[in-house]
Amino acid sequence: MSNQELEKVAGNGLINRRHLLGLGLAGMGTVASSALLGADAGLKLEIPDWSRTPGKNASGYGSRSRFTEDIQRMSGNPNPLYPGGGASRSPLHQLQGSITPNSLHFERHHAGVPDIDPAQHKLVIHGLVRQPLMFSYEDLLRYPMVSKIYFLECSGNSGTLFGPNPVDGTAQSIHGLVSGAEWTGIPLSTLLDEAGVDPEARWINAVGADAASMGRSIPLNRAMDDVMLALFQNGEPVRPEQGYPMRLFVPGCEGNISVKWLTQIKLSTEPSHFRDETSKYTDTRPDRKSLQFTLPMDTKSVITSPSGQMKLQRQGIYQISGLAWSGRGSIRRVEVSADGGRSWADALLQSHQSEKALARFSIPWQWSGSEAVLQSRATDSQGNVQPTRSSLVSEKGNISTYHFHGIQSWAVNSAGDVANVYA
Amino acid sequence: MSMLKQLVSTVVMTLGLAIGLSTTTHAQTLGTPISEDQLRDFDLIAAPDGSGYPQGSGTAIQGKEVFERRCAACHGMRGEGTSAQTRLVGGDMQSQTSPLRTVGSYWPHASTIFDYVQRAMPADAPKSLSSSEVYQVVAYVLYLNEIIEDSRVLDKTSLVQVEMPNKDGFIDSSQAP
Repeated sequence: MSNQELEKVAGNGLINRRHLLGLGLAGMGTVASSALLGADAGLKLEIPDWSRTPGKNASGYGSRSRFTEDIQRMSGNPNPLYPGGGASRSPLHQLQGSITPNSLHFERHHAGVPDIDPAQHKLVIHGLVRQPLMFSYEDLLRYPMVSKIYFLECSGNSGTLFGPNPVDGTAQSIHGLVSGAEWTGIPLSTLLDEAGVDPEARWINAVGADAASMGRSIPLNRAMDDVMLALFQNGEPVRPEQGYPMRLFVPGCEGNISVKWLTQIKLSTEPSHFRDETSKYTDTRPDRKSLQFTLPMDTKSVITSPSGQMKLQRQGIYQISGLAWSGRGSIRRVEVSADGGRSWADALLQSHQSEKALARFSIPWQWSGSEAVLQSRATDSQGNVQPTRSSLVSEKGNISTYHFHGIQSWAVNSAGDVANVYA
Repeated sequence: MSMLKQLVSTVVMTLGLAIGLSTTTHAQTLGTPISEDQLRDFDLIAAPDGSGYPQGSGTAIQGKEVFERRCAACHGMRGEGTSAQTRLVGGDMQSQTSPLRTVGSYWPHASTIFDYVQRAMPADAPKSLSSSEVYQVVAYVLYLNEIIEDSRVLDKTSLVQVEMPNKDGFIDSSQAP
């Protein structure tokens, strides 16, 4: 196949997504020219040592290859005056697919990770109910459960992009407060129905058993919809940093309201106005009014490769790959631009599309060695389209830095260095 | 009844609830009934409507000593903070430049200060203040923000009567699409 036969679908080297499969590098004309030259004639493949020695035995608990140990969450420096406060970010640029391994799921804590004995943990439902109830972990394991794949995103994710100057960051450092997992648990409505919701109730107030007793108020209509009491994550008991033995999971909404280490649900007519829904996680507009309870996460996408601080080593074909999600539906379309938004091409959506879950997209791209600006733009099943950064900032201002979901730009220079830019 | 039969019956009952059969059906509930009285020490929610406050009281005059001993390491001797995140005092939501948002300028309810201090502060030893110490510290933070006099007694009745400068500054977006 000659270079001309690759169907160019947008400017600066984007190739029809249908070429993604079944197109060998060897067919790429001038692309990857060193590969075309073939292997060094002196090279002779031999049987490697690991094919001559029996390997390790089966083990009680799995571990990863020692060659992948550099794949790590990125956490900030601990603050001795604020023990346990902080976050760690998922290495989006080193992962594929749309499920985040539990050990690499992002974290955000307000007073550290408590060490909870499930035999002593209690969940209480009280307030405006017919009968206040207390549940043990063992009680809860006896309920019928549902399993759903959902994303979880901190509303502070990508917030640095509200700032006046683009940070020199990676997909992980800028966007790593999003992850995806299969969550298994009990529909919260089952437990609320068992306690008997008073017709006057309008809110649930959820509190965790961490040292901050972190609390959030959630509208009852949402709590009765698709909210679950999650006990398992990707098939195993929820990990301590995700709320063991149980957490609330509010699909599609800012991560903070999926209260971890859940111990109390109190029904009321009004929200509690906890610190984390007044001082924090509120959005002050340019007119100085502040929006409270802005819960759904907006339609968004991020290119995870190539991405910030990577270096393209040679000209030729690359797979532009990334993640898209929406708190209001499923991802219907992702477009990619290699020329800073002047022209766009549809990316392939690789994974099954489900509501409020991460979607993996990709599109082949032929880098010519000249400058490029890579962008992605998501559209969800409700027709919501990801806005440009400039339109988002002019609409929302930058007094608050929550809910950034604008189009982000990775610039590639002629040396192959990739960097976050405002374009 | 065998364990299996019990389990099946429980699952059937619970499924019945989930698909919307009348909740007055005597489903075998798995939760244990508990009374609000049994939750008195467990429920820390102190709401703007005045519900959920403990006994005790305090003034800013009393709170100054507690604040300087337990809070000032992060929040400064007079609430000026040791970082932007820990500043408690000052700011003006109507300023020309991007407003400094603090407890004084931004928080819409005095209840939130009490609720947060009681459940989460001081950060190195949450829930270690007595109820009266919490009232005292809240009074001192409000006094530093020139919202109350230093002799004003805060208790379960008076605390929620304190009007915050930004009380009308928030819009409930919980039912937005």
